[in-house]
Amino acid sequence: MSWAIIQQSLPLFAKGFVLTLKLATLGIIGAIIVGLICSLIYYFKLPILTPIVTIYTEVARNTPLLIQLFFLYYAFPILGWRLTASQCGIIGLIFLGGSYMAAGFTGGFDGITKSQIEAGQAIGFTRWQLARYVILPQGLALSVPALAANVIFLIKETSIFTVIAIPELTNTALDLIGMYYHTNEYLFVLVIAYAIILIPLSLILTYLERRVRYGTFGH
Amino acid sequence: MAHSGIDVLTMGSNFWRLLGGLWITIRIALVASIIGILLGSLLGILRTLPNRPLRVVLRLYLEFFRIVPTVVLLFLFYYILPKQFNLNLPANQVATLVFALWVAAEMSDIVRGALQSVSTHQREAGQAIGLNYWQLQRYVLIPQAWPLCLPATVNLLTRVVKTTSLLMLISVMDVINIGQQIIEANNKTDPNGVFWIYGIIFLFYFLINYPLSRWAKHLTQHQLEATHL
Repeated sequence: MSWAIIQQSLPLFAKGFVLTLKLATLGIIGAIIVGLICSLIYYFKLPILTPIVTIYTEVARNTPLLIQLFFLYYAFPILGWRLTASQCGIIGLIFLGGSYMAAGFTGGFDGITKSQIEAGQAIGFTRWQLARYVILPQGLALSVPALAANVIFLIKETSIFTVIAIPELTNTALDLIGMYYHTNEYLFVLVIAYAIILIPLSLILTYLERRVRYGTFGH
Repeated sequence: MAHSGIDVLTMGSNFWRLLGGLWITIRIALVASIIGILLGSLLGILRTLPNRPLRVVLRLYLEFFRIVPTVVLLFLFYYILPKQFNLNLPANQVATLVFALWVAAEMSDIVRGALQSVSTHQREAGQAIGLNYWQLQRYVLIPQAWPLCLPATVNLLTRVVKTTSLLMLISVMDVINIGQQIIEANNKTDPNGVFWIYGIIFLFYFLINYPLSRWAKHLTQHQLEATHL
């Protein structure tokens, strides 16, 4: 291990770090929006849309991100849709993440006690009033830990972007290893970089889980 | 379109080669899962012991495997084992090792959670009738924790299968790597072959994972009903 080599590589890693965060943020925001819409469609069992959402979530959850990316990046141009690598990465992350977020939201909505929903119906709420005043405020709070776990999962998944040559953290490390062979140093920086992003998030997740548990069970 | 490139799939032994690659993928997932589940169950039991240093070490092991992305884990072992430990394993074995250690880490948390959720009355009742530590595990805790572990374990298996897609990165001859070889070999004559090859690999993964995730869902619902009754 040589500190000089690590120091020299830091500017490149910093770039990769920023790109990882940027792509992950865009992907996660998109995934939360897609997930929320899908979970509401699923919750209210809207006709026509519900089977579409079910098929989407099953396909997205049961196939690897790597193949989804290859499909977007290599196979879609044949259909005439050409996307840049970063666009593929973000779309792939939204496609995969949306299904996970949908499951997280659905879990939260299912955790609302039945009496709450019946009380809402009893005072004459329409479906959307019920969603706005009863289901969302309580369900969102309950789904927070699952969503936070998905955020961590999706950030880790950005490491797969290396296969379509997006210069994020993992790709930066592999490129440097390929050029200079300082394997130990570059892998060390890579692990530290992920730890800097993920350890705080994982602590927040533990805290959130405790809060929700306290809110639900009182201990 | 004179031909859509679908014949790339049926040309020569292409389809059989893809299936061969799929078998390598499945074999690595299977061997790693079995080793990982056994090792992880043991670690999970150890994590419920009142031994603090042991718990801290095992917790660190879990957190390391949770925080470092699997791609990075694969490269860590692939590069560091030969360099630092002079251990030159073929890529297949490195992959199996990484996956087994990863499954063991995740499994240890599933088992620990399940063991700790068995109610203290059960544990105390066992102690009251004079069971020793291993008898308590064998007759009281494990039989009750086992059904609690099952849905999470099946979910973990679907994750293992999905993560095997990363094997190509350390040049294991898995289904994706073979797919790429076929695509490259036929790119001149069948530029559209890429669509069908990646399409069929997409389908392969779905066909393996869909039944597993349905099973996990079924088990979870079953468990919810059992706890609410």
